[in-house]
Amino acid sequence: MERFQMQIESLSKNEEFARVVVVVFLSRLDPTLEEMEDVKTAVSEAVTNAVIHGYQGNGGIIELEVTVDGAVLTVIVRDTGTGIRDVRRAMEPMYTTDKTGTRSGMGFSFMEAFMDEVQVESEPGRGTTVTMRKKIGG
Amino acid sequence: MTQQTFMYEAKEQILIIHLPRELDHHNCRDLKYETDLLLAENYITKVVFDFSRTEFMDSSGIGILLNRYKQMARSGGKVTLYGVNAQVGRVLAIGGINRLMEHFDTKEAAVAG
Repeated sequence: MERFQMQIESLSKNEEFARVVVVVFLSRLDPTLEEMEDVKTAVSEAVTNAVIHGYQGNGGIIELEVTVDGAVLTVIVRDTGTGIRDVRRAMEPMYTTDKTGTRSGMGFSFMEAFMDEVQVESEPGRGTTVTMRKKIGG
Repeated sequence: MTQQTFMYEAKEQILIIHLPRELDHHNCRDLKYETDLLLAENYITKVVFDFSRTEFMDSSGIGILLNRYKQMARSGGKVTLYGVNAQVGRVLAIGGINRLMEHFDTKEAAVAG
């Protein structure tokens, strides 16, 4: 098993940084271009959620923990922000708390579409942990 | 120094929006405000999204496309797009955009379509 861990500030410009770093780490599993793009998209969704919902633009630390075990990639994205009161509802397609009309509410749907498995643990006031897994070459 | 993310081109009643390399939440922040201004000041009947430079898009891109689509649909306008790569194509398909906006290979076709 190989792993890396990093902490980034909750800034929107770090969304690109995070998804690129995870994909560079993933490259040791010799993924296809499509698998790399899938992981990149899912990581972008999880980190964007932490920036927008977790910390509501107020700043904080987002932690990423990434492991490869055999052919399985696991990405954990953790924030200690506001948390989600009703995880099941938040994961419904098109559900959003956004009032500006510019958020699609598809973040979790995208994570589920591009990864094999997505788990969300959250507690209001304590933060949210998203765990995503994908088998590479499977 | 701030670099402009979006470039706009107006041709009569058509607004062409040249999208950035990475269409994510970070880069989408100004798009609604900027296009609101352009649509308020010009009589636009069609919006054309240029994806030819775009290498990556996530659901933030879908949000902004849907928002613009709804606005154009209310005024009877149309939205088309062109220059879509494989990753963007998959995201557009999962985001349900294919039903709403016609895809073209070239700018000329998207403007005419």
